[in-house]
Amino acid sequence: MCNVCGCGQGETRIDGQEHDPPHVHDAHTHVHAHENLHADGAVHSHAHGRAHSHTHSGHDHVHDALHAADMPHAYDHPLGGDLHYGLGPARAHAPGLSQARMVRIEQDILAKNNAYAAANRKRFAEHGIFAVNLVSSPGSGKTTLLVKTIEALRGEVPMAVIEGDQQTSMDADRIRATGVAAVQVNTGRGCHLDAHMVGHAVERLHPAEDSLLFIENVGNLVCPAGFDLGEAHKVVILSVTEGEDKPLKYPDMFHAAGLMLLNKMDLLPHLAFDTARCVEYARRINPRLEVIELSAVSGQGMQAWLAWLTAGLERARLARQQNVDLLKRRIAELEAQLAAKS
Amino acid sequence: MHEMSLAEGVLQIIEEAARTQGFSRVREVRLEVGQLAGVEVEALRFCLDAVLRGSLAEDARLEVEHTPGAGWCMLCGMTVPIAAYYDPCPRCGGHQVTPTAGMQMRVKDLLVE
Repeated sequence: MCNVCGCGQGETRIDGQEHDPPHVHDAHTHVHAHENLHADGAVHSHAHGRAHSHTHSGHDHVHDALHAADMPHAYDHPLGGDLHYGLGPARAHAPGLSQARMVRIEQDILAKNNAYAAANRKRFAEHGIFAVNLVSSPGSGKTTLLVKTIEALRGEVPMAVIEGDQQTSMDADRIRATGVAAVQVNTGRGCHLDAHMVGHAVERLHPAEDSLLFIENVGNLVCPAGFDLGEAHKVVILSVTEGEDKPLKYPDMFHAAGLMLLNKMDLLPHLAFDTARCVEYARRINPRLEVIELSAVSGQGMQAWLAWLTAGLERARLARQQNVDLLKRRIAELEAQLAAKS
Repeated sequence: MHEMSLAEGVLQIIEEAARTQGFSRVREVRLEVGQLAGVEVEALRFCLDAVLRGSLAEDARLEVEHTPGAGWCMLCGMTVPIAAYYDPCPRCGGHQVTPTAGMQMRVKDLLVE
């Protein structure tokens, strides 16, 4: 007899195989049970999870697919007389049968990345590190800008670089040629850096106290927008060779960024790029977006960018100092308390 | 294709829940994806299909609940519906709208055994 429902004759084979007609279970997995009392007085109960159909001599019915949790399991049998016991959330009544149940999760899909990002951010704060996440499409001039930035600030502030690319260490090599420490992260097929990768890269780099950390993300104007790395700001770089409507085409990134650098401004005379319109589009997406127009090649606007960086670094340094002062005061208070008691 | 990373995130959440809640099979996964979350649901389905293969949630049914986007219009001083970040306020046409809802993507619940 059928060892699933105990009802019929014939051999039972599970795994999608057929029982002897007239009783067919298509499904081999069993989530819920119900008991049918047929008009002819025969009772069978079975549990099922997936689509199945079976045929009885008296009537035919088909259950398709898994029922939604709140969906009553009801079927109008032509001959009537069915008794369904499986209307509860698990739709099962027979002891020993597997029970389907709902498990509440309510968890953000990015929660894990966000937790790593928070850890990175805490680490940066403790060390007075001003971390910026440079994002753009490929070919916007990120690495050239970074090299020029490093050359301008070298000797003034300590710096370190995390380079993200799908393949090669070419960019990290370019950075290392400037004398600044760089770690290359190859994401392989990955389209963005995530906070976990950055955490590991930071462990390798050991950026100095009160330093600038540049994280050059994979050239991609889409995916890096959703992945917090623990940076103070995302800086989106848009070159004027790309088209002024990019902020509208890739809104997520411009929404996530705190600063937009309009790069390759030296090429503007040769292009039909409308700078004002581009900025207007970008601020539609993000009204608080700061904008600096610059050219890494001609040096135009570089001072504003360097000033933005050093101001950010100063804020990070001050925050760390305040934190240290706070801790020192706390230690002094506790020591005073201890001295009073001893 | 960061939907692949998101799909892997979903699997991680499921596997962690399986450890803490003690189940071995997932029949249905219910996700909540906001209109402003920047997730292409069809791409996510495609990736989940690949990522969940061979896992405890292989062949699980995927239910996606869409939550509408909303934002606070600074000019109107009220919450207004928006379908995208760059949408103007439907009342005043201004762009001073800060998104307040529909940015989330979450695993809501699982039907398990």
